[in-house]
Amino acid sequence: MSSKDKILSAIKESKPASTALPVIDISAVISFDDLKAQFKKVLETIGGVCIESVGKGEMEKIVAAELSYVQNGVNTLGAYDEGLPLISAEDLASVDLAVISGTVAVAENGAIWVSETQMVNRILPFIAQQLIIVIEKKDIVTTMHHAYQKIDVAETGFGAFIAGPSKTADIEQSLVIGAHGPAGLKVIIY
Amino acid sequence: MKDHATLAKEFIKDSPRTDWHDETLWFVRHKRDKAAHSLPEWEQLREWASQIKNHALSNLDSYLEEFEKKALENGAVVHWAADAEEHNQIIHKIIKENGISRIVKSKSMLTEECHLNHYLEAKGIEVVDTDLGERIVQFRKEPPSHIVLPAIHLKKMDVSETFHEHLHTEKGNNDPKYLTHAARLHLREKFIAAELAITGVNFAVAETGGVVVCTNEGNADMGTHAAKIHIASMGFEKLIPKAEHLAVFLRLLARSATGQPITTYSSHFHKPKPGQQLHIVIVDNGRSRILGKPDFKNSLKCIRCAACFNTCPVYRRSGGYSYHASVAGPIGSILNPNFDSKAFADLPFASSLCGSCSNVCPVKIDIHDQLWKWRQEITRQGHVAVAKKVGLKGMAFVLARPGLYRFGGKMLRWVLKTMPFMINNRLNPWYKQREMPSPPKQSFRDWYLKNQKR
Ligand code: SF4
Repeated sequence: MSSKDKILSAIKESKPASTALPVIDISAVISFDDLKAQFKKVLETIGGVCIESVGKGEMEKIVAAELSYVQNGVNTLGAYDEGLPLISAEDLASVDLAVISGTVAVAENGAIWVSETQMVNRILPFIAQQLIIVIEKKDIVTTMHHAYQKIDVAETGFGAFIAGPSKTADIEQSLVIGAHGPAGLKVIIY
Repeated sequence: MKDHATLAKEFIKDSPRTDWHDETLWFVRHKRDKAAHSLPEWEQLREWASQIKNHALSNLDSYLEEFEKKALENGAVVHWAADAEEHNQIIHKIIKENGISRIVKSKSMLTEECHLNHYLEAKGIEVVDTDLGERIVQFRKEPPSHIVLPAIHLKKMDVSETFHEHLHTEKGNNDPKYLTHAARLHLREKFIAAELAITGVNFAVAETGGVVVCTNEGNADMGTHAAKIHIASMGFEKLIPKAEHLAVFLRLLARSATGQPITTYSSHFHKPKPGQQLHIVIVDNGRSRILGKPDFKNSLKCIRCAACFNTCPVYRRSGGYSYHASVAGPIGSILNPNFDSKAFADLPFASSLCGSCSNVCPVKIDIHDQLWKWRQEITRQGHVAVAKKVGLKGMAFVLARPGLYRFGGKMLRWVLKTMPFMINNRLNPWYKQREMPSPPKQSFRDWYLKNQKR
């Protein structure tokens, strides 16, 4: 008997009587008067910076300004190097700043869902020294329950909620921003 | 083998360090309270999480089959391992067949449970642990002492010495920022060169065949996206039915663990990227036996947040190594006897049965009840002679040493911290189903003095 069959038959034999799944009533969870203000507040407590811009035009100006002093900027909002998906980790390790867009931002915890398509190269948002995520104001939702309603986690091969810059407190519980990944995260809301 | 009491005694020899360990974890527990209290639906969330896990465990065979089918459709390779040995063999085979020599691993309690690093080392294969805390203890040839904070038993001068030896950092530079930066440079080199990345799994989703891995550092992502092979190892109890259930668990996990609203990265892996291999290893290693024990099956609901460690007065004052097992703390005390009730006979006695663990557990595991049941079971099996004697003695030694503490206000705080159950049971019945918040100092003082006189 294969290990698979062994394991499955052991489970069949030992599993407890079936119990029902709960009904998750989203109307019973926390709500916020101002989603954008709440998102901004949480993002700042987890080490991120929030830039609010009024229109798409202004957002583009801010991104362009950021990119102007950055050497290896990668802008997925406009045109990007077609070779980007295939660039190796070694070459991407020197990217100073990556700018990507997100699908949905979560007010309760400052997280933003980014799909593989938005990352262009899976390792980019994790390996760049600084990260900017651009999100539309209308795409800010209240909680993770609302976020999962708006995304399809299996639509692309990979996706992640990103909440703030990379961090660690493994040395005597002292918080240090910039563990392995980006040492800074800015979110531009337009 | 040394038992919990003896090992605890060794730990508390250095009393300033023990105090620091105790207070630091208590502080983490406070952050958890603050995060939990910020959500009015916290108790509802725990209930949902508990019910989802109960349901998943009671239908595990069909969810595992659904998961495997979807994962295969996604292009992953699925392996099944009946025990630790088979898990390690599967991974070794993948390494050998692909001629791999550079391997990175992010935190996985399962690979600790299976002693994967030792197994591979014996075959001349080096695995680099990439979680900062795990890398520190790996340099020191120590196991992690806490499932979320692997190096919590160490002070910054210890890390500084270790890094001086292994990474040639400045001698005597104890700045956490400096040390973390040195590790960043060292590990980024390892990531970029990695050919194979091993990760654990926080949640596996039956309906989509995907796995979710949570980190703050980003080390799981750096490794998996750089390497051409990703192996994700999971105990079969990690399965949840639907993607929408992730909302419930991701809301609870980081808040319970460190008081953060969510971990920095919650990465959802479904398909290998072009040219990459994704292997998922599903492990039993004694879990199906636990599933069949009505008194103990609930322990399989654990999401490894470590809230029960941080709140436990015994863990805080005896340290992770006193549990002589890969998973320590209250949950370790009920999981490990399942594997070997004689070798771990002392662990169910390493508790004051105050119940604080059960009250903070985000998936509502009846930890302290199970500790109690294990004591009876161990008594029945006749291992109690050793366990109880030394176990209880050790408890007394760890807990009843007010001489170690300052008096006055500090002493009162000590009672609260050491015996949180007093508040739970007597001060305020409203908190019966919850963890104990710290009451205002003054009213607690009044209460305490009053109760002292009685
Ligand atoms: S038993 Fe509960 S509190 Fe302890 S680690 Fe597991 S989920 Fe967390």
